[in-house]
Amino acid sequence: MSKSTITIDPVTRIEGHLGVRVEMEDGVITEARCSGTLFRGLEIILRGRDPRDAPILTQRICGVCPQSHATASALALDEAYGVTGRIPQNGRLLRDIMLGANFLQSHVLHFYHLAALDYVDVTAVQGYTGSDPGLQSVKGFISRGQLAPFAPRYEGDYRLEPDENIAATRHYIEALDVRRNAHELGALFGGKMPHQCTVNVGGVGTAVSADKIVRALSYVESILEFIDSAYLPDILLVAGRYPDYFDIGRGCSRFLAFGAMESTGTPLFASGVLSPDGRFSDFERENVSEEIATSYYSEESKADTPFDSTTVPNAEKDGAYSWLKSPRYDGKPCEVGPLARMMVGHAAGDERIRTAVEALLDQTGLDACRLNSTLGRHAARALETKLVATAMREWILALRPGEPCTLAPEVVESGQGVGLTEAPRGALSHWVTIQDGKLANYQCVVPTTWNGSPRDSEGVPGPIEQAIEGEAIRDSDNPFEIVRIIRSFDPCLACAVHLQRPRGELHIELPI
Amino acid sequence: MACNEVPVVWLQGGGCSGCTVSLANSLFPSLRNILLDQLLPGTHLSLLYHPTLMAGQGEGAFSVLDRPLGQGYVLAIEGAIPENDQFCTIGEKNGQEVTILSKFVELACDASLVLAVGTCSSFGGIPAGSPNPGGFASAGQVAAKYDITTPVVNVPGCPAHPDWIVTAIAEFLLAGAGGLRLDALGRPMSIYGQLIHENCPRRAYYDEGKFAEKPGDPECLHELGCKGPITYADCPLRRWNNATNWCVGAGGPCNGCTQPEYIDETTPFYQKLPEDALPKIGQA
Repeated sequence: MSKSTITIDPVTRIEGHLGVRVEMEDGVITEARCSGTLFRGLEIILRGRDPRDAPILTQRICGVCPQSHATASALALDEAYGVTGRIPQNGRLLRDIMLGANFLQSHVLHFYHLAALDYVDVTAVQGYTGSDPGLQSVKGFISRGQLAPFAPRYEGDYRLEPDENIAATRHYIEALDVRRNAHELGALFGGKMPHQCTVNVGGVGTAVSADKIVRALSYVESILEFIDSAYLPDILLVAGRYPDYFDIGRGCSRFLAFGAMESTGTPLFASGVLSPDGRFSDFERENVSEEIATSYYSEESKADTPFDSTTVPNAEKDGAYSWLKSPRYDGKPCEVGPLARMMVGHAAGDERIRTAVEALLDQTGLDACRLNSTLGRHAARALETKLVATAMREWILALRPGEPCTLAPEVVESGQGVGLTEAPRGALSHWVTIQDGKLANYQCVVPTTWNGSPRDSEGVPGPIEQAIEGEAIRDSDNPFEIVRIIRSFDPCLACAVHLQRPRGELHIELPI
Repeated sequence: MACNEVPVVWLQGGGCSGCTVSLANSLFPSLRNILLDQLLPGTHLSLLYHPTLMAGQGEGAFSVLDRPLGQGYVLAIEGAIPENDQFCTIGEKNGQEVTILSKFVELACDASLVLAVGTCSSFGGIPAGSPNPGGFASAGQVAAKYDITTPVVNVPGCPAHPDWIVTAIAEFLLAGAGGLRLDALGRPMSIYGQLIHENCPRRAYYDEGKFAEKPGDPECLHELGCKGPITYADCPLRRWNNATNWCVGAGGPCNGCTQPEYIDETTPFYQKLPEDALPKIGQA
């Protein structure tokens, strides 16, 4: 029996700082441990500040999905301020439009600029003979001989035909414009992207006009053209060349979604929990807890709800190996993200999601169970990109120029609220407590903490760990399997380690 | 034409990658032009290392930083640097974690320019907000502490505008480090030479005392906490995302994100600036 260890640090082309270490026996991964390697302490920085600063500051948790944090923060404040049912319809629509726009830019960025280089060989463009200016650009770049940042890279398992690599590379370049257009759409109502300045408690502090409506619609149509002509076909292309990745990277098989985007009635994404045996149940916020059995936190950090969560680090704790806590639902790990949203929506009987998923299964000939895999996550992400863009037409057309967009309520003295929404990477919640008109406690339970969580008190690994463990590595010098699995979850470590610390001594005192 | 390759290394410390995402929004030149084409005739930026964009990972990618980086390389730094170096590690070498602090200090010494991209690396920014739990410092503070003499250019903004990043690089390529015109805070004068308030299209409302009652109203946002009167940047003229909009244009008060005062002295964001903070532009 041969044992070995593979360390990949840094894991690049994700958001934030991540290292991973896996133990192998006879070429099969027996144990995987992921480490976040950056601590900023944003929740500590938030304490004592004006509650209305929270949507602006929490966006800065992540430059890729700031809009999700602004949305969750505003929803939490709405509840704490007691204005949840009174948000002007324009404000509700604008929150969904801006969140939707950020889904589009994030998903397109993730597939083409973060994940695709694991499947697409850009160097094939040196054989290109056509006149496309983007590809000529790539060819000229390659001919100068300096290939950074596209080299060095893992070598070997690139399976597309030369013309397929060339077409996918052209889409990589076009996708730069597509995601930039999605950001421009958001900026119409947010001022700038990333990190807009208008979404807050009570609605969205901006004004709607006909020119913005028509321009926003135009962006959506151009993005839909790209989704139909490039993104969805490219997913099918990769699926055809890498079919084994519908069997690699199966997760914990329990899916959780908080649901989101309900300004026009039926939420685009349903909330709910789907268990491994296919049982669907409603989501109950009381069932969310955070375990710390294998996290570097002392027992006093344990709390029944994130409202009461504190963070008392203990770097010497026996058996601990991660600075991420372990969020659990009803005591069990859950996968969150596009695949979870499609699974939960399908189980909840959502017609839009059912139609999209069934069409994908028809086109690929896959059994539904194989969606629970590395490429299944990419396919689910592409499907929901189309769903979001399509729904955005409806939201944009429902805007009413001249109507109010926000209540702009006065600061309340005390209150408590939860903001539940969906980030591109999965279920996101902000838990806020206001006392004396200031933020007394602020906790964010973010998608990558769900997906990247360490083992719990029952010894059950987190979803990403479960997806990696048990997989075979064909070439330990180029362990494509590990990075392809990790990237399929689209991890966002800036989000996940906003409060966690890397390995090492602790030198801070946390205010109570 | 022979092409001069200007090596660029982009490190990420305590930040959110928002400045990288912002750079991807660059239009003329586009990110494609920046990565692949000659930014100026005969000059190509060779982005040797960038954690979000590079193809490689792990040892293969990280070892790029151990090789000779080439004459005159530019070190771009996004995110603040924790003085307690345990708080941010950026990779492993020989089984040991390598901290952003040690790698920044090592690479800054021989760089021709340190480009601090965004407010976190320029001034500390969000992670250095009170009580600064991670002990975060700016690139300039770290450079001074370690007696690094490489010129540091600050391109603050939360995030930095893509044009600002490209402008700072272009000024360096055209004029050299010695030709950069910087303000007292190390920011290019061409970008940060005037107050938001000086060029604000809502300035007439301010002068006539007409103020917005809630965000989204068309009047001056002074009463709602706008930090335009203490914030140096060309946002009102340049605007953001292909000149689509900017914060005040959308109806939100300026947060003062290009200033070293961000965030402790520019918050509460919706609290009106005290009268003695105003620049009294145009008044005798």
